[in-house]
Amino acid sequence: MLEKIGAKIYEDTGVTASEALFPEPFRSGLEYAAPARGMWNIVHTGMLIPESHQIFVCAEGCLRGVVLTAAEMGAIGRLSSVAIREGNVLDGDMEELIIDGASDIIGKLPRRPRAVLIYTSCIHHFMACDLPRVYAVLRERFPDIDFIECFMNPIMRKSGLTPDQLMRRQLYAPLKPLPRDPRAVNIVGSDLPTDDGSDLCRLTRENGFSLNEIARMRTYDEYLGMAKAFLNISTYPSARAGAETLSKRLGQRHIYMPFAFDYGETDAEYAALAGELGVEAPDASAGRDAADLALDRAARTLGGMRVAIDYTAVSRPVQLARLLSEHGFNVTDIYLDSVSGEDRDAFDWVKGNLPWLLFHPTARPAMRVAPRGDGTPVLAVGQKAAYFTGSDRFVNIVENGGLHGYDGIAKLAGLIADAAETPKDARALIQIKGLGCSGGCCV
Amino acid sequence: MRQTARIISVYTADVSGVASALFELGGMVVMHDASGCNSTYNTHDEPRWYDSDSLVFISALTEMDAMMGCDDKLVRDVTEAARELHPRFVAIAGTPIPMMTGTDLEAAALRVERDTGIPSFGLNTNSMHSYLSGASLAFAAIARRFCDGRAEREKGSGLVNVLGMTPLDFSVNGSDGSIRAWLRENGFAVNSVWAMGGTLDEIALSGRADVNLVVSYDGLAAARYLKQRFGTPFVAGVPVGREFSRRLAGELARAAGTGADSAACTLRGDAPPKTAVIGESIYSGSLAAALWLQEGESARVVCPLETERGLLSPSDAEAMDEDDLIPALARCSSVIADPMYAPVCPEGCSFRALASESFSGRIYRDGIPNLINKKIELERTDTK
Repeated sequence: MLEKIGAKIYEDTGVTASEALFPEPFRSGLEYAAPARGMWNIVHTGMLIPESHQIFVCAEGCLRGVVLTAAEMGAIGRLSSVAIREGNVLDGDMEELIIDGASDIIGKLPRRPRAVLIYTSCIHHFMACDLPRVYAVLRERFPDIDFIECFMNPIMRKSGLTPDQLMRRQLYAPLKPLPRDPRAVNIVGSDLPTDDGSDLCRLTRENGFSLNEIARMRTYDEYLGMAKAFLNISTYPSARAGAETLSKRLGQRHIYMPFAFDYGETDAEYAALAGELGVEAPDASAGRDAADLALDRAARTLGGMRVAIDYTAVSRPVQLARLLSEHGFNVTDIYLDSVSGEDRDAFDWVKGNLPWLLFHPTARPAMRVAPRGDGTPVLAVGQKAAYFTGSDRFVNIVENGGLHGYDGIAKLAGLIADAAETPKDARALIQIKGLGCSGGCCV
Repeated sequence: MRQTARIISVYTADVSGVASALFELGGMVVMHDASGCNSTYNTHDEPRWYDSDSLVFISALTEMDAMMGCDDKLVRDVTEAARELHPRFVAIAGTPIPMMTGTDLEAAALRVERDTGIPSFGLNTNSMHSYLSGASLAFAAIARRFCDGRAEREKGSGLVNVLGMTPLDFSVNGSDGSIRAWLRENGFAVNSVWAMGGTLDEIALSGRADVNLVVSYDGLAAARYLKQRFGTPFVAGVPVGREFSRRLAGELARAAGTGADSAACTLRGDAPPKTAVIGESIYSGSLAAALWLQEGESARVVCPLETERGLLSPSDAEAMDEDDLIPALARCSSVIADPMYAPVCPEGCSFRALASESFSGRIYRDGIPNLINKKIELERTDTK
């Protein structure tokens, strides 16, 4: 039988806003992983490249998670592996292992892939593996295949770009310069397709621009055609660095437009986009009114019910807390392990205006044994918030859910109201890896 | 050897094997790893994660920690968590980078034990071996640390320790309870089950047992320790199928009486094998034996995991990679294996799916049968 550790309340499970420090409200140390699995990983993201194949070269323990990610999304045929063993580390034959392993796999594939993503690991970094030579040999051996240098090296997550940022950058590595199309625009670096009804999609399309993003690409040639766009838009924080690199490399314009819960910032973003497109800035008043109406309606539906928000659902959880609070929601808890710079202003506002609000970590060891809910009904925005509060009333989205602009705020308010009225099976839903991935957008 | 897998899965790694083996014993397992090991473990390797609060964490190793040799940080963080959460013991298990940098995990564990007073041990896993290796290290460590001289073998008592039981081989389908029931039906009493449905206190009294039943390779090292320490004989086998279960009970009684060990899982027929059973050696060998006794079907084990020749019959084979596996299966007209092996089975062969959490994780969990002391009935399909 399981030996229960007990129901003791631990210090590390929450801090009030008044006491919370920016940007790290909690100590670092050992880390726990809650069983909320909706966030995408590097396998899901890599699968967005049509007609591609992935080869991971790492130790068995690292392969396990990625192979089963592919299997669970129904794409085991698009991922292969090369296992690193102790002998490879000791014998110095790592380059040959990658070259021979990748060549062997490519030769056995039932269909020639247009691109092969090779994921090397922490081991290669520490061994100073000669990756340029590896790729040079493979490119010479398979000139019809684009080899994409990818990384599964979480040990580097605090050294420069994170693996997530790197993946979103490498996603566009095969794009080569093409004649510029002044009516083509890309959204780059987002895993999920941007909602067609969003202000972003409508502003571009209604002004006669084509809007492309990788989640909508069905063929490799279509994907390569993204190089024609004159403008790249990134909307997700970890997509920004890659979008800047791509834009600089291909001579494209770039604008960063995160999904903001601040009306002034939203107006400024759309005015900037209109400027890039050379069109008149949109009148935001109707969208703003609709967002306000939806928020007020949702607040009435909740009727004072506690609201908890986590960082996996939206990239600016503190800004969302502020917006909801200003519309009468009872926001009581935010789950995050650090506060992003984009949330700094909202963090300061919350400290001053909601000093009793609790920030909770998601990775501190004590969260493993923290009571999951106290019986009080909670509306959770995000899977981790649902898990930690034990709530079955939750908004099941990750990575902003494809929402953007005032339309996105209104739709999120609608999702909140709907979640308050319709319970969900949290245990079943939040353990599914890569929410939205096996729905067809990346397989 | 290219060490490639074009399409098949990979087995759970040693570091997860450690966590799985120790999961129910009230300890704290720390994977000395950057990130990823924990989520892989609790998503794909650990069906008990969601509904329990067992303590399994990563150390969140960074590049700078590794480069600068910050073992002090590891010790400090483990100590801090142990002081807060009060586990019965602490196990620190390694991954590739600690192996490359030569981190002395046993020394780190000694320091944690000195600072907290909690029994602690380091396990030299590196994510390059299978779960069997890691669970074996973990069970052996538990035996050394907790099975002390308070107990003596109670010969003739009929007490049995079941060694090597984790969901990675037996899922969570009630097999552990069925083994307990089968032992009782055959006149034995269960002293402990390492480590499902039991407690560390029961395990600590393992020296009392008359005989040990080793149900997977990862229980073997602990069985040998108990043999050396208490003189307890062991029998390697899983009671699958009615007739093999009956024979295995006889082997247990015989071993208890004579003190001689037995690899009961190596029983085979004398006809050339047409069926291959792919998987862990003791479970698969027991299944092959059960098929022979049940319906005269001659089968061989194709073992893709760590094992010993003494646990295999002469007709069995070891095949660690996809490249080795395909020729090993070539002459078989029938295969029993995890469904994720189907793509590399000979075209047109009869395939009987028997999923293992150690290979396909949670994907086929709901269909993993409890075969303990039951007639073997697995549905056949043809591979294309």
